[in-house]
Amino acid sequence: MDSKLKIKMRGLDVKVFYGGKGALHGITLDILENKVIALIGPSGCGKSTFLRCLNRMNDTIEGALVTGRILLDEEDIYDPSVDVVELRARVGMVFQKPNPFPKSIYENVAYGPRIHGLAKSRTELDEIVEQSLIKAGLFNEVKDRLHDVGTSLSGGQQQRLCIARAIAVSPEVILMDEPCSALDPIATAKIEELIDDLRRNYTIAIVTHSMQQAARVSQFTAMFHLGNLVEVGATDTIFTSPQEQRTQDYITGRFG
Amino acid sequence: MSVSGVILIVLVFGGAGFFLSRARARAIEAHGAKMHSRPHYYGCWTCLLIVLPSLLFLFFWNIGVNIYAERQTLAHISYAAGGDIERSDSYAPLQRILGQKGIASTRQSENYMVQGGIELAAGIKNLRQAGAFAALLLSVIGFLAGFWGTKAKKRARNRVERVTLWGLIVASTFAILTTMGIVLSMLFQTISFFRSVPLSNFFLGTVWDPRFSVMALEGMLGRFGLIPLLAGTLYIAFVAMLFAVPIGLFAAVYMAEYATPRMRGIIKPLLEILAGIPTIVYGFFALVAVGPFLRDLSASITGGQGFIMAQSVLTAGLVMGIMLTPFVSSLSDDIITAVPRSLRDGSLGLGATQSETIKRVVLPAALPGIVAALLLTASRAIGETMIVVLAAGVAASLTLNPFEAMTTITVKIVNQLTGDLEFNSPQTLVAFALGMTLFVLTLFMNIFALYIVRKYQEHYE
Ligand SMILES: Nc1ncnc2c1ncn2[C@@H]1O[C@H](COP(=O)(O)OP(=O)(O)OP(=O)(O)O)[C@@H](O)[C@H]1O
Ligand SMILES: [Mg+2]
Repeated sequence: MDSKLKIKMRGLDVKVFYGGKGALHGITLDILENKVIALIGPSGCGKSTFLRCLNRMNDTIEGALVTGRILLDEEDIYDPSVDVVELRARVGMVFQKPNPFPKSIYENVAYGPRIHGLAKSRTELDEIVEQSLIKAGLFNEVKDRLHDVGTSLSGGQQQRLCIARAIAVSPEVILMDEPCSALDPIATAKIEELIDDLRRNYTIAIVTHSMQQAARVSQFTAMFHLGNLVEVGATDTIFTSPQEQRTQDYITGRFG
Repeated sequence: MSVSGVILIVLVFGGAGFFLSRARARAIEAHGAKMHSRPHYYGCWTCLLIVLPSLLFLFFWNIGVNIYAERQTLAHISYAAGGDIERSDSYAPLQRILGQKGIASTRQSENYMVQGGIELAAGIKNLRQAGAFAALLLSVIGFLAGFWGTKAKKRARNRVERVTLWGLIVASTFAILTTMGIVLSMLFQTISFFRSVPLSNFFLGTVWDPRFSVMALEGMLGRFGLIPLLAGTLYIAFVAMLFAVPIGLFAAVYMAEYATPRMRGIIKPLLEILAGIPTIVYGFFALVAVGPFLRDLSASITGGQGFIMAQSVLTAGLVMGIMLTPFVSSLSDDIITAVPRSLRDGSLGLGATQSETIKRVVLPAALPGIVAALLLTASRAIGETMIVVLAAGVAASLTLNPFEAMTTITVKIVNQLTGDLEFNSPQTLVAFALGMTLFVLTLFMNIFALYIVRKYQEHYE
């Protein structure tokens, strides 16, 4: 990889156990700043698990144990001195199924800034909400109905609302777990476009089952299989001349 | 032949029909025909044909015979006694005669009754015999139809399905019919109450003083003011909710969000035990423990006469609150755990703490359900009887002081319906009017609860 690129996050020998059963068997992986990395691999190989390690969402799962080290700007996020709440504000997450809160569109986006006290006044908050919605490419569609309940939006709009919600707390890294799997092609295209825009300001890790999507949106691709990292590299290289047979097979649809 | 004998025979017959038809279906299948349904469906269908029509017939026939007997008896008696006897006065002795196979045995019976009784009993016996034979005949016809109807093309499976469906429908309307029956039976008594006491006296009256029915005969009607009872009911329920809601909700939040599975496994069953204690037990807990404790406590505070009476709004409300706590916590716990995990993850993923997540996402999402649960709990509080009978007092006073005794609608229903009764005096009938009021009150609360659930349910899912 290019040496002038900055490493934003780095996993070192990350192992995850769910109730004693291993799900990840030592992953070492770098995530570069202002790039999109796609995590691919057959179902159950541990992509979501790895993603959840990056903002410690695994902490909320009963019986989950994470070992190894994960660095964010060279700082171990599993260090006891780290405040999980603060970490999650820096490493935001968008989930597979759109999960807007049962509140208004405005309140959904304002939620994060409110709890973190990012806005000193109402006008500032309005500004943050508007900017987030603009960045998420949703503003024009909802500007007249900001006080409608968020769940009244279409699936694709809901997902962009969730992205806006994540952006609103100004994270440095955005994790996306199959953000388009519940969406139709048009909504998917919109979100892919959005991811490309977001790359300028954020570092993005995205899990996807669509090879086309990985090829379209990512600069780097990491292939997982059975809890192991098979290979990682520039997306072009992975898709044209993978080093590993398993990657080749998966990409061409021979298994998974 | 007795009715139970007939039923037994029909059932045995039905069982036999099942096996025979199934065997026949299997035999047809063995000959290579493609059957529409699996063999046991043919068996079931035949069994249904044998059992259902015949038992239904028996049921309605016997009801018909009873009605007929009653009519005949009345006609007979009024004829013999000169056509001037009211039904309720003379029917009872004769019913007993009939009950004992036509032999008169009551002391009040007269000669003409004995003769009539014997004749009637004989006639009715014949009717019943005829019904029994008809039922048996029906089951035989059913068997023949089912057995010979067992053919490859017959859609036995669909038919059995349809009968099952009807069974389910009947079962589900049963509750509705029962409710209607209860309401109707109360309604007539209520109406006859309002014949002697004007509506406004009941609903707007502030004094409860029904007097005794003896006095009513002397032209003193008594006063039936609902207001003090309603006030007492609502006040005590309010105090109870004041205790139960915060404690129950906090317990629910703890159980649903914080408790480890082990802790939850201990607390939840304990709360459910609390919910299983009969309310009369809570009643004497209030009577012998809580009431005297509060009275003595207040006495030691003032150093003389206590300001809390042993029977008071506070005592009843407090104990009722203890009783309601497990309902609140158990219902709310279910509702809170039903909030989708994705919402919690969404909030935690944005860097909210657990308590922020609960306060700002989980509870608001669960709120409609919780409100509905609270309304259901409140309607329990309003209808609760045993605790208030023992702990609230019987004085129908209108006061805002929670340390004094007040009484409730349920207590007065109990009072009016215990002891010597005369079922046509307003003193007794008022109980039905009170019951009706209570019923309507809780009905509306429950409907409102359902409405809230329906209205807000769709907002998250
Ligand atoms: N909460 C959990 N408790 C126990 N085991 C889990 C849990 N979550 C995941 N696992 C296990 O960990 C392994 C990896 O799961 P993970 O969800 O990371 O797969 P994935 O690659 O995201 O799959 P998919 O593409 O289907 O989403 C699987 O074997 C799964 O059964
Ligand atoms: Mg996954």
